[in-house]
Amino acid sequence: MKRGSRAETAKSSTRRQFLAAGSLAVGGAAALVASGEVLAAKPVAGAENLPPNVPEWMKAPGADVGSEPYGQPSKFEKAIVRNMRKDAKQYTSFWSGSPLEDLEGTITPNGLFYERHHGGIPEIDPAQHRLMVHGLVETPMVFTMEDVRRFPAQSRTHFIECAGNPPFTRIYADKASSLVGLVSCAEWVGVPLKTVLEQVSIKPGAKWVIAEGADAAALTRSIPIEKCLDDAMLVYGQNGEALRPAQGYPLRVLLPGFEGNMNVKWVRRLHVTAEPAYSREETSKYTDSMPDGTARKFTFVMECKSIITRPSGTQKIKQGFNEISGLAWTGRGKIVKVDVSTDGGKSWQEAKLQEPVLTRALTRFRLPWTWDGTPTTIVSRATDETGYVQPSFEELKAVRGVNGVYHNNAMQPWKIAESGEVSNAHVKA
Amino acid sequence: MHTSRLSTLALAIGTLCLVSGAFAQTKYGLGRKATDQEIAGWNIDVDRDGKSLPAGQGSVKQGAELFANQCAACHGDKGEGGIGDRLVGGQGTLATPKPIKTVGSFWPYAPTLFDYIRRAMPLNAPESLTNDEVYALSGYILNMNGIVPADATMDAKSLSAVKMPNRDGFVEDPRPDVP
Repeated sequence: MKRGSRAETAKSSTRRQFLAAGSLAVGGAAALVASGEVLAAKPVAGAENLPPNVPEWMKAPGADVGSEPYGQPSKFEKAIVRNMRKDAKQYTSFWSGSPLEDLEGTITPNGLFYERHHGGIPEIDPAQHRLMVHGLVETPMVFTMEDVRRFPAQSRTHFIECAGNPPFTRIYADKASSLVGLVSCAEWVGVPLKTVLEQVSIKPGAKWVIAEGADAAALTRSIPIEKCLDDAMLVYGQNGEALRPAQGYPLRVLLPGFEGNMNVKWVRRLHVTAEPAYSREETSKYTDSMPDGTARKFTFVMECKSIITRPSGTQKIKQGFNEISGLAWTGRGKIVKVDVSTDGGKSWQEAKLQEPVLTRALTRFRLPWTWDGTPTTIVSRATDETGYVQPSFEELKAVRGVNGVYHNNAMQPWKIAESGEVSNAHVKA
Repeated sequence: MHTSRLSTLALAIGTLCLVSGAFAQTKYGLGRKATDQEIAGWNIDVDRDGKSLPAGQGSVKQGAELFANQCAACHGDKGEGGIGDRLVGGQGTLATPKPIKTVGSFWPYAPTLFDYIRRAMPLNAPESLTNDEVYALSGYILNMNGIVPADATMDAKSLSAVKMPNRDGFVEDPRPDVP
């Protein structure tokens, strides 16, 4: 595991300096024990900074205050980036995932929020951005961003998850972010959509709001009016700053618990209607194909789901203590329970949920575990406040087949080999 | 200088008075009334029944030429797919283990084709096609799928009248369905 170096302890830095020079570990002095693992054979770079020596970064002042007007992560974290396939035919309409296995807590850093764009990322000058609300309203209106920001604001923490995370036929990827990296969570700031709709006064007969993005796809999705008048928002703030361009700057729709595609980014128009648009995105895409040839339409809610992110695929664990940690979420409210099995589903233990547990937000679970070195399979299973229990892939497949593409919320088992290597327990037949 | 500023202010106040009726009654007094012209310019939504399709027309024949120039590079010469989605074929495959979802086999409403091409295609230059061209392309794609004849001309009326093979293939969401 990447973070293993934190626990490293060294007994003799001078001796390690010799080791760093390339010589083989010899004698008792080389038996450097960390977390039960003998590190002796590995030369340690930078041993001159380890105790009892004073590290070099203490011997001279560091970079000046303000040397970075917009701070960046440590250069030692440069490997923590969005996870993206390199073999796409084009990247105008594509996706990249959050590196879930490398993230802490429940809030996704803005620079690592997952992406799914259909016509690239537009560069929008907020001074030239307008929100038009029209259709079945008493007063069709145009709002500037300044107008939008003047409405009474709210902050809410919610996840957004792509509907196809992952498609039913792509459950064999090697790591967590390749499987379910199209989910992220942020504290959003904006105006309740209800407030804006009150401003224009919707007419009787208004049942849907078609939201349109100001991107090259002019992406449109139809939102039921009930959701618009419930917890839907128009957001401009994300984790303390303005939305990033990739998340819809300067304004996006936020529909807590609904599939990502409906949370229209760069929103410029809200068309209040009696009927849904039946747009390309909600007929030919984002409908769920069933084995009998029918397709489910308007499948909005992202159902209860969880995944163990540590340890997870491509990581390697050591015998002894390992905390099992992961993320759970549900579009139907709060997570109430996450069970974890460390014996391939034969028995289950209840993991501890990190407080506060928020509605329609990523929830962190943790379970202490001591691995005895026997190969096994670990898996998590979340339950939400409606009593719904996350299904296994087999259970989902029995009802929906594998052509549905969207709304796969199956459990994700990880196999642990005798070597400690963790891999996807779903193996393609 | 001062006079000039004052007159600008007076003009601004005058303008405000003119439009004040638009927001005087609203709770927060934010935003302004959208004009019909503004709405007409931005509202490109086409409903499934085609009631909001614009004027214009285009033939399958014109569509074939346009397709070769504007679409084939991504969607293939015959709409067989490439960088872009496959557009043609697949009828009868939806209930098989390998469904092929195309305009012809899967899309429930023909006017959606006009809506999508106009707003989003071609990928490198969306909203660059005229309404006539979008009608022509819609007609050609439907023709390649065997849905309209080669001598067809599409307009608001004829495109709305097309019954797509999979029109009745969509069902309501029954979830939670598992377990």
